[in-house]
Amino acid sequence: MSKINFLTPDKDNLNTYLYTGSFLFFIAVFDVFLSSFFKINITSFLPNILSFLLPLILGIIGLHLIRIEFSGIKNLDLLNKNINTSTFNAVLTLLIIFTIIKSIPPILSWFVLDANIAGDSKEACTGSGACWTYIKIWLRRFVYGMYPNDFQWRINISFILLVALAFVGYFPSEKLKKFLTLYYVVIYPIIAFILIYYLISGGAFGLEWVETGAWGGLSLTFIVSFFCLIFCFPVGMFLALGRRSQLPTVRYISVGFIEFWRGVPLITVLFMSSVMFPMFLPEDFFMDKLVRVIIAISLFEAAYVAEVIRGGLQALPRGQYDAAKSLGMGYWKMHIFVILPQALKLVIPGIANTFLALIKDTPLIFVVGLLEIVGMLNLAKTNPKWLGFAMEGYVFAAIIFWIICYAMSKYSYNLELKYKTER
Amino acid sequence: MSDKIIEMKSVNKWFGDFQVLKDVNLDVNQKQKIVVCGPSGSGKSTLIRCINRLEEHQKGTIIVDGNELTEDTKNIEKIRAEVGMVFQQFNLFPHLSILDNCTLAPIWVKKMPKKQAEEMAMNELKKVQIADQAKKFPGQLSGGQQQRSAIARALCMEPKIMLFDEPTSALDPEMIKEVLDAMVNLAKGGMTMIVVTHEMGFAKEVADEVIFMDEGMIVERAPTKEFFANPKSDRTKLFLSQIL
Amino acid sequence: MNSKIRKIIPQIITLLVVVLIFGFFTLNAQVNMDNRGIEFGYGFLSQESSFDVQFSLIEYDGSHSYARAYLVGLLNTLLVAFIGIIFSTIIGVIVGIARLSPNYLIERSAAFYVEFFRNIPLLLQIFFWYFAALRALPLPQDADAIFGVFFLTIKGLFVPRFIWENLDIFFYSVIAAIISIVVIRNYAKKLQENQGKQLPVFSISVGLIIILPLLAFLIGGVSLDFEIPVLEQIATTSFIYNGGLGLPPELIALTLALALYTATFIAECVRAGIQGISKGQKEAAASIGLTPNQVLKLVIMPQALRIIIPPTTNQYLNLTKNSSLAAAIAYPDLVLVFAGTALMQTGRAIEIVSITMFTYLSISLFISVLMNWYNKKIAIKEK
Repeated sequence: MSKINFLTPDKDNLNTYLYTGSFLFFIAVFDVFLSSFFKINITSFLPNILSFLLPLILGIIGLHLIRIEFSGIKNLDLLNKNINTSTFNAVLTLLIIFTIIKSIPPILSWFVLDANIAGDSKEACTGSGACWTYIKIWLRRFVYGMYPNDFQWRINISFILLVALAFVGYFPSEKLKKFLTLYYVVIYPIIAFILIYYLISGGAFGLEWVETGAWGGLSLTFIVSFFCLIFCFPVGMFLALGRRSQLPTVRYISVGFIEFWRGVPLITVLFMSSVMFPMFLPEDFFMDKLVRVIIAISLFEAAYVAEVIRGGLQALPRGQYDAAKSLGMGYWKMHIFVILPQALKLVIPGIANTFLALIKDTPLIFVVGLLEIVGMLNLAKTNPKWLGFAMEGYVFAAIIFWIICYAMSKYSYNLELKYKTER
Repeated sequence: MSDKIIEMKSVNKWFGDFQVLKDVNLDVNQKQKIVVCGPSGSGKSTLIRCINRLEEHQKGTIIVDGNELTEDTKNIEKIRAEVGMVFQQFNLFPHLSILDNCTLAPIWVKKMPKKQAEEMAMNELKKVQIADQAKKFPGQLSGGQQQRSAIARALCMEPKIMLFDEPTSALDPEMIKEVLDAMVNLAKGGMTMIVVTHEMGFAKEVADEVIFMDEGMIVERAPTKEFFANPKSDRTKLFLSQIL
Repeated sequence: MNSKIRKIIPQIITLLVVVLIFGFFTLNAQVNMDNRGIEFGYGFLSQESSFDVQFSLIEYDGSHSYARAYLVGLLNTLLVAFIGIIFSTIIGVIVGIARLSPNYLIERSAAFYVEFFRNIPLLLQIFFWYFAALRALPLPQDADAIFGVFFLTIKGLFVPRFIWENLDIFFYSVIAAIISIVVIRNYAKKLQENQGKQLPVFSISVGLIIILPLLAFLIGGVSLDFEIPVLEQIATTSFIYNGGLGLPPELIALTLALALYTATFIAECVRAGIQGISKGQKEAAASIGLTPNQVLKLVIMPQALRIIIPPTTNQYLNLTKNSSLAAAIAYPDLVLVFAGTALMQTGRAIEIVSITMFTYLSISLFISVLMNWYNKKIAIKEK
């Protein structure tokens, strides 16, 4: 047996190093595990700071011992190249593992083990964990806002219909496929508007009228996002084309418009829509708060969409423009059939990003007094019967937004991949 | 009735401060096949791009099929429909199939009914030996196949003049022949062609006249045989010695 | 003449439409203002504001003018932006580089960070930090001292305040150091060009920036004293820290949320920049004998920075604009102070909102212009 030097592990005494190293490493992890899950401190006989650092030290030594180059064992080599390339790397790895282990029990206990969901008043929340009862009781408000309970079926039906109609794109035969764009850009928005106007807002056909100020919660988030999405896209496209136009007036007006909306924060735009709009419209022309907000946000986001699309237009090789021109196509034909289909595919991630930003911007409408889900949360947490549950509310909303945004970004990522391989 | 289908008189063009075309005079008759050669940067591509107004000349006159190309030209698209162009980088539309690439302009610019356009497109594709790839997309074809498709696409507009801007320069050597063959066939069919190329073999076989350009000027122009046998200018001799 | 007309007519039409729209708005505004007896003018800016602001970097109280209130708000906004930019850059660069680590755990942790903070609305994050997390901090009397002089409490972060003697001399010494560093760098560059000799510019620069200000302290009469916050009782159950500088929890929550949120985007920019440099660059650089440090400094970073800086500057702009969310938690930034309180008091909606938007526009345009200039200057020349 050749010399075993603990400072330079090598292949010769592979097993010794391997077993000693792994043993130390696992002790370290085990110690942290015990102390965080079961609150057992097996090194309590050591002075405080040593006891705290011991797992780290043991882990470092352990990893150092198994850091054998070209050991011949495939998995070990892979592991070493990955998490164990140097002491610094090993320390980081250990810290991450320890942090994960240490944070699981508190999170688990707050979310599940010590949480309450039964009952219907503050007293039911006896544990030290989350009070999901609060969420359960307030769920209706968080989803529907102040919309009267009896009429909430109207919102449900509208949404189900809208979602169903959105999937129409999967069905039609070859002949109808060319009408698809027309459908999505013109017909679908019109149907949506009619649904919203008559079903949700009401006031006709025997349905009672519910003013837009009462709409709120998640349903409002969706309505605002939906309409702004629909409007900002075509406006943005025209602005992008305008910005690249050869006609100076059109170009300067487009640039001015885009730079203006991109240069100001959304909150000032919303302030403007609620405070200044009435000034700029004739005395008796009343525009509903919600409509004003949707217009304001749509114009705002359109400027960002315009910049994204412009990037795509610029990225297309000039040869495409040349070829289309050489075939005798004029400006509009060239853009509709050749340029835009390609440019839009190029900028899918950019547009998805903008849509995501739009969804994340909807909570700002609280400044005009409309309460979507975050607004409702703020309202709920000041209710005297339910003080002190701000955390639960925010966590709940965070989870919902996170799921929506994450799903959307993954979908756009897949879309991008799909279009990349189609070419 | 003049037989001239292209007349260029004293054409000058600048890119900023750089003069790329210096006093160019060029007349082309119908059914003529002309090859334009010269070192890079000599203005050959710019010259033919002026003919379908992808570039604009600042001085001089260009008359294409009786229509003068000026700033005030109306219906430039109409003129472009009569002049077909094949590019060095093919420039097929990647989001459309080959067949759709060919029928796009006839349907939307010439307002041809779809069936008729497709029939004509298949005919043109057959002529360049690529009819079987009609439903494929440009990304799925080789360079030679793409360029032949591009030729068919240009021909679908039934042009009177075909311009070729270094059509084989971006191709691998083994694919050059198939494209040149297609061009030879086209020439035999009586098309007026102006070809910017380095392929002197093609020039010898098909061209009526060869033009040598250098530094924005037409240095020499002669019928093919004479051009290669007896180049008059020293610059022409130098160029030929480098590429032959 | 046809082509010219085709170019001119659409322009005239567009111009006409725009002018008509603006005219319509202005007319209505006139009428409405007349009807309500509101005058239009910016003279109100010199009137007394008669409201206090909770946190201000300059001297201000209700007897100062609205113009000064505007300045207070602006400075508060710039303060948040400045701190936010610094922290988000540091975090963003670290996370961005971590995303490229071959270490699975490190890369996944960084990815988790980015995905987590990116998909939650900024407003929600601000609310969370302010209403939930910071509420859990101890009361002033129960707070433990960090390093003996910092106190993190529910009423804010209390830090020692610097008291300078002869701050201007210190200032001059720093300027002198910077100038001499620039001079030495130019000299070193010329020297290298002419004779090939290389001076240790970095070490010299570090030396200068330490020595010159130090001299200012030793012989220039500059002195630095600290005022440490001291616990004081202002009512039977209410304590506060006196002396030192108190950073309100609003500021902390805002900068924390802004930094964490924006850092995710900066991390992605950094990652894209470094990934955008093909491996061949590193190989080619190494094959001509450059040391790893030189490869990084001369080949990789210049190219990566070109890709990283434009979108990162965009993020800085976004951060500055997002700082306006301060209105939601009552941090007195420009929007809350000016477009909020001042507007409510004077009712001069159009003037105030226009000034506010103009301010933000100027900041954005200024940074855009800077960015364009920088881009042109470093653009890699192409055909």
